[in-house]
Amino acid sequence: MSSRAISITGRARGRAAGRPSQTGDRVLFALCAFAGLVVAAALVEIVYQLVSNSSPAISRFGLGFLVHQDWNPNFGHMGAATLIYGTAVSSLMALAIAGPLGISIAIYLSMLASPRVRGVVGPLVEMLAAVPSIIYGFWGLIVLVPFIHGIEPGLHTVLGWIPLFGPAQTTGLSIFTAGLVLTFMILPIVASLSRDLFLTVPNELKEGAAALGATQWEVIRGVVLPSTVSGITAAMVLALGRALGEAIAISFVIGDVSQISRSLLKPGATLAERIVNQFLGTSTNLQLASLWYAGLVLLVIGLVTSLAARLIARRFDVERSYAKAVAV
Amino acid sequence: MTPPLDIALAEERLFDPTAPLVASGNLRRRGAMDRLIRILATIAAGIGVAMLGVVVYSVVSKGAPVIGVGFFIHNPVGLVAGGIANSLLGTLEIIAIGTLFALPLGVLTGLYLTEFAGADSRTGRALKLGLDVMQGIPTIVVGLFVYGLIVLPLHKESGFAAAVALAIVMLPLIARSSQEVLLLVPGTLREAADALGVSRWRTVLTVILPAAMGGIATGAILAIARGAGETAPVFICDGIFNTQTTQLNPFAGVPSVPTYILTIADQAIPDAFAHAWGAAFVLLVVILLANVAARALLARSRAKMGML
Repeated sequence: MSSRAISITGRARGRAAGRPSQTGDRVLFALCAFAGLVVAAALVEIVYQLVSNSSPAISRFGLGFLVHQDWNPNFGHMGAATLIYGTAVSSLMALAIAGPLGISIAIYLSMLASPRVRGVVGPLVEMLAAVPSIIYGFWGLIVLVPFIHGIEPGLHTVLGWIPLFGPAQTTGLSIFTAGLVLTFMILPIVASLSRDLFLTVPNELKEGAAALGATQWEVIRGVVLPSTVSGITAAMVLALGRALGEAIAISFVIGDVSQISRSLLKPGATLAERIVNQFLGTSTNLQLASLWYAGLVLLVIGLVTSLAARLIARRFDVERSYAKAVAV
Repeated sequence: MTPPLDIALAEERLFDPTAPLVASGNLRRRGAMDRLIRILATIAAGIGVAMLGVVVYSVVSKGAPVIGVGFFIHNPVGLVAGGIANSLLGTLEIIAIGTLFALPLGVLTGLYLTEFAGADSRTGRALKLGLDVMQGIPTIVVGLFVYGLIVLPLHKESGFAAAVALAIVMLPLIARSSQEVLLLVPGTLREAADALGVSRWRTVLTVILPAAMGGIATGAILAIARGAGETAPVFICDGIFNTQTTQLNPFAGVPSVPTYILTIADQAIPDAFAHAWGAAFVLLVVILLANVAARALLARSRAKMGML
């Protein structure tokens, strides 16, 4: 009868304002907010741990650590230039192979394959991401390294005019082998992210181009690739980030030497792999701190790649596809 | 406006009605290009599948011969005999403890993102960014972090530290997948609960979580499979000094399957490799089966969601 009957009061008003009112609601909110805080705290703590444990090396070498080549724990000369070089070269090589290959697979899956074939081939390629790095490493050591050892002289003979393919090493442990193993690991990321991107291109656009007489390749080149180019770039950056941070698989096949050589067919070392190889057997505190410093560099690389991918592809939620691809 | 050059040229030619209707010149080239690309893309897909085939074939052909009941129930005897019972138990324990941390935290984070922080609110966006960044951190760095956080203060590598590291690897995966599937829960369910005057926490517990259960389980299975094969953080935090005996005290060095393979590979005794292949075989089969199961579960829960 009176206006009191329809005005909301107390608890209901709190709910309407979106504030948790009941005890149960408050408990649930507190739990969820706590979980969010744990994520934030973990991130802060990760940065703190890495910085504080590498501080002896940071104060001793500063940024010079990044450009010096010596890695000599006994004399206290520590530099990560060799490691950064090996990390960059092996990862870029993997990206140079996995990028075009992955995009081609994505084109096949999103536009050429019949639904039944797609349902089989897609998951099979994605499963490459499910194989653990220890298995890639062990397989690389026992199967791939002897194989590469066998073909390296041939590679040098045929491709020797490119400075990257210098005289072959006698072991088969090389940056080239490491790059191949990384190719296996990042191919599924490039392929499934690109496929998801291609599937977002509206059919109207593709059909419109086809109605104008474009062949399927012209539709891909003229419509599909240009409209997803930022997303594909971001996918590449994410895949690169994953390759740069890989530790175990590389530690099996790269040889871990402290020398920069221009040839891909020579052994090398990477940041993550050096940590695995030396962390449990350091001889000096400075060496330990230098390994932490290498970890800090990796952390920065990881942060930069995630943020760069996000910035490049504002329009696409590539991180979402990435989360699915690496979870598989 | 003059017409483009090739059209102008074509118009100059006389129309010949008896000419056969076949693609020629430019059109033929375009058709050939199109076929070439189709063939290349198909070959690329073949290469992708072959890459999986090569790895799986190696592991199966070299690992299957040592598999038997004894491989699962005996501890290693030296490096060339026995089984991997202790490593399997250790991996199960480390994963179980890691999941105990990561699953509730991950699901609650997903709930926070969908139920409390709007998709476009500042905290929601910051948290999602945090999860993405966390996922982009190399696992070796996660291992270093937990080493500094737990191993250094306790002066001892432990299975517990490895479990915490795995939890950090799994957390963003579980949180992201939970959030995804919680967003898929139809708004009508929430509205129906609201209309009945059900409080928020009861809605979450009795309506939203049950509806999203299949998807959350899928994400959890995938994250667990990922964690089971993760080696770098376990190696850093748990050490590789105990591979021979059973150890279930999480505050001691717990053996695990990945570090077992790592140790054997480091020894470089070819006779021992058969056992490492066997361990790799078990690990790969479990992980691939978990993946297939997760996909099936996801398809089922999607179908269920669609019906709601």
